[in-house]
Amino acid sequence: MPFVEETYDIIVVGAGHAGCEAALAAARLGFETIMFTVSVDSIALMPCNPNIGGSSKGHLVRELDALGGEMGKNIDKTFIQSKMLNESKGPAVHSLRAQADKQDYTASMRQVLENTEHLTIRQAEVTELLTEPVEPDAELLSEPAKLPSESMKLPSELAEPSLESAGGGKSKLRRVTGVKTISGAVYRGKAVVLATGVYLRAHCVYGDVVQPTGPNGLQAANHLTDSLRENGIELFRFKTGTPARVDRRSIDFSKMEEQRGDQRIVPFSFSTDPESIQKEQVSCWLTYTNEKTHEIIRANLDRSPLFSGAIEGTGPRYCPSIEDKVVKFPEKERHQVFVEPEGLYTNEMYLGGMSSSLPEDVQFAMYRTVPGLEHVKIVRNAYAIEYDCINPRQLDASLEFKRIKGLFSGGQFNGSSGYEEAAVQGFIAGVNAARKLQGKEAVILDRSQAYIGVLIDDLVTKENHEPYRMMTSRAEYRLLLRQDNADLRLRKIGYEIGLVSEEQYRYVLWKEEAIDTEIRRLERATVGAGEAVQGFLAAHQSTLLKSGITLAELIKRPELDYWTLKELDPNRPKLPLDVQEQVNINLKYDGYIRRQKQQVAQFKKLEGRKLPADLDYSTVKSLRQEAVQKLNLYKPLNIGQASRISGVSPADISVLTVFLEHYKSRKQQNQGETV
Amino acid sequence: MFFGESDTIAAIATAPGNSGISIIRISGEHAVLTADRIFKRKNGTRSLKDEKSHTIHYGYIYDGDEVLDEVLVLLMKGPKSYTAEDTVEIDCHGGMLVTRRILEAVLKAGARLAEPGEFTKRAFLNGRIDLSQAEAVIDVIQSKNEYALKSSVGQLRGSVSKKIKELREAILYEIAFIESALDDPEHISLDGYGEKLKNTVLFVEKELESLIHSASTGKVVSEGIQTVILGKPNAGKSSLMNVLVGEDRAIVTEVAGTTRDILEEHISLQGISLNVIDTAGIHDTEDVVEKIGVSRAMAAAKDADLIIYVVDSSAPLDENDVQIMELIRDRKAIVLLNKNDLPPVVSAKEVEAKSGHKVISISAKEQTGIELLEEEIKNLFYHGAIDFNDQLLITNVRHLHALERSLESMRLVEQSIENQMPEDFYSIDLMNAYENLGRIIGEAVEDDLVNEIFSKFCMGK
Repeated sequence: MPFVEETYDIIVVGAGHAGCEAALAAARLGFETIMFTVSVDSIALMPCNPNIGGSSKGHLVRELDALGGEMGKNIDKTFIQSKMLNESKGPAVHSLRAQADKQDYTASMRQVLENTEHLTIRQAEVTELLTEPVEPDAELLSEPAKLPSESMKLPSELAEPSLESAGGGKSKLRRVTGVKTISGAVYRGKAVVLATGVYLRAHCVYGDVVQPTGPNGLQAANHLTDSLRENGIELFRFKTGTPARVDRRSIDFSKMEEQRGDQRIVPFSFSTDPESIQKEQVSCWLTYTNEKTHEIIRANLDRSPLFSGAIEGTGPRYCPSIEDKVVKFPEKERHQVFVEPEGLYTNEMYLGGMSSSLPEDVQFAMYRTVPGLEHVKIVRNAYAIEYDCINPRQLDASLEFKRIKGLFSGGQFNGSSGYEEAAVQGFIAGVNAARKLQGKEAVILDRSQAYIGVLIDDLVTKENHEPYRMMTSRAEYRLLLRQDNADLRLRKIGYEIGLVSEEQYRYVLWKEEAIDTEIRRLERATVGAGEAVQGFLAAHQSTLLKSGITLAELIKRPELDYWTLKELDPNRPKLPLDVQEQVNINLKYDGYIRRQKQQVAQFKKLEGRKLPADLDYSTVKSLRQEAVQKLNLYKPLNIGQASRISGVSPADISVLTVFLEHYKSRKQQNQGETV
Repeated sequence: MFFGESDTIAAIATAPGNSGISIIRISGEHAVLTADRIFKRKNGTRSLKDEKSHTIHYGYIYDGDEVLDEVLVLLMKGPKSYTAEDTVEIDCHGGMLVTRRILEAVLKAGARLAEPGEFTKRAFLNGRIDLSQAEAVIDVIQSKNEYALKSSVGQLRGSVSKKIKELREAILYEIAFIESALDDPEHISLDGYGEKLKNTVLFVEKELESLIHSASTGKVVSEGIQTVILGKPNAGKSSLMNVLVGEDRAIVTEVAGTTRDILEEHISLQGISLNVIDTAGIHDTEDVVEKIGVSRAMAAAKDADLIIYVVDSSAPLDENDVQIMELIRDRKAIVLLNKNDLPPVVSAKEVEAKSGHKVISISAKEQTGIELLEEEIKNLFYHGAIDFNDQLLITNVRHLHALERSLESMRLVEQSIENQMPEDFYSIDLMNAYENLGRIIGEAVEDDLVNEIFSKFCMGK
C-alpha cells in the first residue's frame, strides 16, 4: 500500500555532483528540500578520475562558484595538488585542475549538506515519478511567464499547440507531484530534480563479467526507467569507463616522470583566500604504454565486450578506453599513462589514460607491460559502465521538461559526462526549480555569458549521440568567457538568484569600477621617447619609440605587459592582483576582445527575439518541411536558438523573423479589439 | 552564421543585362558613408552625407584611382525610403561588367551583399510594408534563397569546389590540432607549432590568391557566355580558336566536358568571359559535319548564347553552309568570313543575305580582323543583345567576397604567428576563414570541428 510519508517543496533524486548542487541551491533559497540517494556514503562520490577541473571544466567550476555553487569551495578544501593548465597559452584557455582527496571530498561535501538548513538527506531508491495531467490553458495561467510571449494567447488560427511528444506514451502536458520509493512511500513535492547519474539500469562490464551495479559496486536504480517511459520520456543508453586502481606499494616510481603541482596555488573559489591554501602537494606520475602493451591489447580484442557487442551503449570519443586508442590510432607507438593518487589516506592510485573493459587477466598483463607497473597489484579492476539517460532535447534551457511541468533534471542523466558538467547542471536545475516556486523567471545563461550556457544550449538544441563533455572549442566567445573573469560575468546573477552574499556582490561592483578606472588611466598615460624609456624598451627587446605613446599601447606589445611597465609608470595606484590581471588582459587583447564583443552584440539580437513556446511551426507558411519538423521537436526559446538547430537554414530564420513580427502585431491588434 | 539586421547591405536592384541603366542599391546605417567612399562628384567636393535627403547627384564611381562609370546617385535618408533606412541608389550605365564592378566597389567600401529578399524584409521589419504583405515577403525570401543556393553551389566549377574543399580540410586540420591541444594539453603539445602552421597558412594564402584572381576572370563560376563555333572542316575554326586563346589572351581552363564529350575553352576577352564550345574538338577526323551531321552541331548550338559561324571565303558555299545559315538565322550570331588572305570565292554580301547576320572579314592565319570580332562581341554584350544569367553574376560576386574575406583572415593568422600571439588566437581567424570558404560551397560548420578533433587526435583519459 502506498502511503504519504512527507511533503516537501523540492525533491532531488540523486546525491552526486548534480544532486548536491541542486539540493544545496534549493535549500539555501529557503525551500524544504529532500535529497534521495541509494547510499548516503556515496554522496559527492568521484567514481572515476580523482580530480576536479581541467581544460574548460575548470571554467565551469569557476562559473558555478561565481553563481553561488559549492564545488569550487569543496575542492579548495580537499585538493592535494593543483595546476593551472595552458599557462603558456592565451588567458582564455588557462584552466585550473586540482587532484582531490576523494574521501575527503565526499566527507566534506556531506558535512556541508548535513548542516544546511531546510535540507533532508534520505537513503532510498526512488522507483516512480508521480505526475498528473494538466490543461495547457490552466498551466499558462498558473505559471509565471517564462517568456514575455508565453502568457499571451495565440491568435485563434494558430492556437492549436502540437502536443505530440517524441517519446510516445503519455503525450499530454503533465505536472509532477512527487516520487515513490521502492518501499511504496510517497513523497509529495512541487518540483522534482532528477540527477540519477549513471545509476539507471546500470551494468558494469569487463571481459565477460557483467555486474548489475552502479559504479564501485553500488546499488543500481533499476525501476525508475519504466516510470520515466510511462511518462513519455525518451531514453538513450550511454556508456563510459574507468581504469583500474592499483596499490601504490607495487609501483616503481623511479621509472616514471614526476608531475608536481604549481608553485603558487590559485584557488577555484572566488571566496577562498589564496593564502589559506598554499600547502604541500603530492605528486602525480607519468609513464607510457609501449608496443608490448598494444600487442597484448590487439591479441585480446575479441574478448572485449565492446568489440564482441556485449555493450550496446554509446561511449564518449574524448575519453576512449586504451583498447579504443590502440585500434583507432595504430600509428601511435605509445600512449601516456598518468598515475594519480586517490587520496592522502589510501594507497590506491588511478591509472589515467588506461580505462578498459578487457577481461581481468588481460588487464593484469597489459598494465604490467608499462614501465614502473611491472609488478603492479590491482585493487579495483577497470570496467565499462552502461546506463540510461535521457535525450536532452526534451528539456528547455531552464532544464525543465517541456512536457512535464515542475520536473527538472541535471548531470549525466541529461547525457553529459564529467563531475563539473554535472554540477553546473544540477545547480541550474535546482535554482530553476526554486525559482518556479518563487514565481520568478528561470535563470538561463546564454552562450555569450558562460560555458554553462554553451553546455546547456548544446544539450537542448543539438543532436547528442555520446556523453557530452565540455570543450573549449565549443565556446564561440571563449575570449570573453575566461576563468579569470567568471566573477565579473556571473556574480551579479548569483546575487539576484540569492546565493551570493551582499559583501561578495559589492566587491565585484568595486572591482569593475577599479578595472575601468585603471584602464582609462593607462589609455591616457603617455611616455615619450626619452632615454629612460628607450633604455627600458631596449632591455626588453622591444622596438624603440619614434614619438610618444600611451602605456596602454605598450602593454599590447607581445614582449611587454602590465607588470613589466611598472618602471615607466610612477603614478600607478596600488591594486589587488585580480584587478591588475583584468587590466592587463583587457588591454593586451583589446582588438580581439572588441571583435568578439561585436559578434556577441549580433548574437544577442537574435537571442532577444523570443518565439512563442507552443507555436506549431507547421502553421508558419513557407518554412521548409525539415525545418518544421525540427522546430516542432525542439521548440526553441528564441530565434537564436532556432538558428543553431541542425536542419534549420538561414532562409528559415529569415522567414521566422518576418513571421514573428507579423505575429506580434496581429496579437496586439487582437488584444486591442478585446479590450 | 547569420548576419545582423542593421548592417549595411547592397545589391543590384535591376535585372542586369537587359536594360540601358542599372541600379545598385545600398541600404543601412552606413549607406551614405559607403557611397561617399567611392563616389566623387563632377564638380565640387561636398560629400553625400552633407546633402539633403531626396536629392540626385552627378559624378563618378571609383575603384581606387580607376573611374568605373559616370553615374547619378540618389540619396534617400531614412525613414523616407523603401527600407526606412538610409538608402543610396547608384544609377549607372547598364552594362554587366560595369554594374558588377560598381557592386564590388560598394562591397569593398564596407557593405555586404544583401541576402535574397533582404530589402523587402527590412522594409517589412521597419514597418514600411503593410502587414498583409508579410506572407508574400516570406515566400519571396524562401523561393529566392532556394534558387540562389542551387545556383550558387551548382555553378561552381568542379575543380574550384574541389580546391576549396581541400583548403578547408587543411584549415580544419590545423584548428582541430590547436583545439585538441588546448583541451588536452598534457597529451598534445603545441611546442614549435607556429612555424609549422605558417607553412600551411602561406600555402592557403597562395591558393586563395590564385582563386581570387581567377574569380575575377570568371573561372570560379562558369558564368561566361556560352559560345559555339560552327563551320565546315577546314573553314578555320581551329585556327580561330588558336588565335582567340593565343598568348595575348588568357586561356583560363581546359576542361573536357563530361556529359557532352566536347572540349570547352574558357576565354576572357577584355573581361568578357566566353565559354567556347569548340565543335572542332568533338572529333579527330576531318569529316566532322558529314560524320556527326548538322544535327550534332545544332544540338551544341541550341544551348549557346552566341554562335560564331566561320565561313571559308576561298571555297564555294555548299549544302552544309546553307543548313547552318538556316539554323542561325534567328539566333545571336556573328558570321566570320575567314581566309581573306586568299582570293575570295564567296562574298560578304551573299553570306549576309543568306544568314541575316553581320559578316566580319578576317584571316585567322594572318590574325587580321580579330579586333573587329572582339568589338562586335563587346557590342552585343554591352547592349544587352546577349542574354545572361544574372543569378550567376551575383553568385560570383558572393564567392569573390567570401574568398577575399578568407584571405584576410589567413593574413591575420600569419600576423598573429609573427607577433607570437598564444596559439588559441590562431584558431579564431582560422575558423573565420573556414566558415567563409564553407559559404562558397554551401557547407555549414555544425559539428565539423568536434568530429575532426576526435577522429584525428587521440584525446586523453
